[in-house]
Amino acid sequence: MARSAAGVGNAWQALRLNPLALLRSPWPWRSFVYLLVGFPVGFAWLTATATALGLGLVAAPLGIGLPLLASAALSGVALAAVERRRLRLVDPLPAPSPHRAPDDPGPWPWLTCRLREGATWVELACAPLLCVLGLLDFALAVMLLALVLGLLSAPLQALLLPHAHQNAAWQQILQDGRSLFAVWLVGLWAALGTTYLVTAWAGLRGALSRRLLVRPPRSELRTRIVELTRSRARIVGAYEAERRQIERDLHDGVQQQLTALIMTIGLAEAELAEGPPAAGRLVSRAHREATQALQELRALVHGIVPALLADRGLGPAVAAIAERSPVPIHLDVDLPGRLPDTVESAAYFFVCEGLTNVAKHSRAAQASVTLRQLGGGLLVEIRDDGVGGASASASGGLVGLADRVSALGGVVHLSSPPGGPSVLQAQIPCGS
Amino acid sequence: MRVVIAEDSVLLREGLAEILARRDHEVAAAVSDVPGLLASVDAHLPDVVIVDVRLPPGYRDEGLQAAVKLHRDRPEVGILVLSQYVEQTYATELLEVATSGIGYLLKDRVGDVVEFLDALEKVAGGGVVIDPEVVRQLLARGSHHPIDQLTPREREVLALMAEGRSNVAIARRLVVTPAAVIKHVGNIFGKLGLEPAEEDHRRVLAVLAYLKGPTR
Repeated sequence: MARSAAGVGNAWQALRLNPLALLRSPWPWRSFVYLLVGFPVGFAWLTATATALGLGLVAAPLGIGLPLLASAALSGVALAAVERRRLRLVDPLPAPSPHRAPDDPGPWPWLTCRLREGATWVELACAPLLCVLGLLDFALAVMLLALVLGLLSAPLQALLLPHAHQNAAWQQILQDGRSLFAVWLVGLWAALGTTYLVTAWAGLRGALSRRLLVRPPRSELRTRIVELTRSRARIVGAYEAERRQIERDLHDGVQQQLTALIMTIGLAEAELAEGPPAAGRLVSRAHREATQALQELRALVHGIVPALLADRGLGPAVAAIAERSPVPIHLDVDLPGRLPDTVESAAYFFVCEGLTNVAKHSRAAQASVTLRQLGGGLLVEIRDDGVGGASASASGGLVGLADRVSALGGVVHLSSPPGGPSVLQAQIPCGS
Repeated sequence: MRVVIAEDSVLLREGLAEILARRDHEVAAAVSDVPGLLASVDAHLPDVVIVDVRLPPGYRDEGLQAAVKLHRDRPEVGILVLSQYVEQTYATELLEVATSGIGYLLKDRVGDVVEFLDALEKVAGGGVVIDPEVVRQLLARGSHHPIDQLTPREREVLALMAEGRSNVAIARRLVVTPAAVIKHVGNIFGKLGLEPAEEDHRRVLAVLAYLKGPTR
């Protein structure tokens, strides 16, 4: 046997089997039943729906018509549910309903939920098609069955009812032993062909039903993920814009006022140089305190958005941190110009954290920072020749930055085998 | 001194003007943007201009760019660049185009009125003044640098040198003899492998050029 029944998961896949294996598998029989059952189901649906619709239209003025019309509208849902169950005959993979669960329990939420769903109306539109196809399935299955049975049973007919047949040609065949054998052989081939044909037809029908009535795998989840990803990127964007606004506000507001205050105190100090020493000391103290406040404010503003990053962009800002690193840094920057603020900030703080870790833990003698355009995004890479063994979880800062990168749709990768070298990478898409 | 001020904050513009006026300097113009600055320099031919790094329209480094342009057009005008923050990158950029009559200071230095005016006069006279913060940033660097060989006192001297001070001024500031300062300066140049130079600002340039380092 060339192929076994293993690995065959539905009627369509069963077509790969050789004739013996196919006949011994359940698929032809399941397919046959599948094709036969569709018609009664469709017929029942048609009758019930037509009745509900007719009665509903007639009784609409009486009030009782509305529930009937609603049930006619929802009849597609019922038929689709039956069809999905029936589908298991030829395709046992899970066939989840495309409907979503109502928000609240009870019949009324269920009803309003269903009536508002697109899937309900798709199913209603598909229902007549399913009925017509059900009839076609049924006719095909019955005709093929009749043909095969008629041919195969020729010898039996000749034996039991040698003269009963009306058809003269058939009568002749039945009376001749050789042609009888030939007919029986044709019947055998027809049986085989029918087996494949029925299985194939049922497989195709199953695929159609799946396409029309079954929720595509993870489609809803995917839509939600796309939406969540977008909204997360928007939030990060808004957050970044807000940070920059705060930086600007502090710079234009408090920082300038404090500076002006220091100037005024400075003037007072100069005026008091020959005045009472106690007043001079107090003013000097005020001067020191105001200067201290300004320094702290400056450090705070720098932590929000370093001025060089805001003014000049990622390349110069990273060059400045590399300049201050205790480990010598080789810079490889190839950027076309300014990138979106969110990307620049995420990449900047990523490099800061990366270099801090290199300085603290790696015991590296040399490190490199690479910034370059990659596809539609930015590649950030920090490489060192240190002892390795770094882990992302060991650095809390890195986890937060990885989150920030991933919120922009990027990925972070850390490779740090014991003995080194360590490579920390971030790829950040640049949006538009 | 005849001074032109370019500063977009009214508060600071007026504060600066007042400090200068009280010390009998002439504020020829106080403007809030780059075109105003360039026009005022042409109109008044000041000894020195004070310019803020962040100016309209972009509030990025327009003032710095204007300083660079101004120095190219009128090298005789001293330029003191003020900023809310100092960046070694900006200091280096300024010093790459201007080897005389240039200064780069944090805004709060203005509060030390005497020292500020001292620095302003130095710049007007063609000297170079760099904020000690820049030197501090440079000194904060790593262990791979020969700068580490400097003793704490030598670092102090280096920072004061960067501010454009003479050996005598440094000696006064550190309360040591000028001879001791000369010895420190010699040690610094020796450890950094620099030839001692004649003028104050050349010393600053040499030090900064070395600290920036061609190796990286």
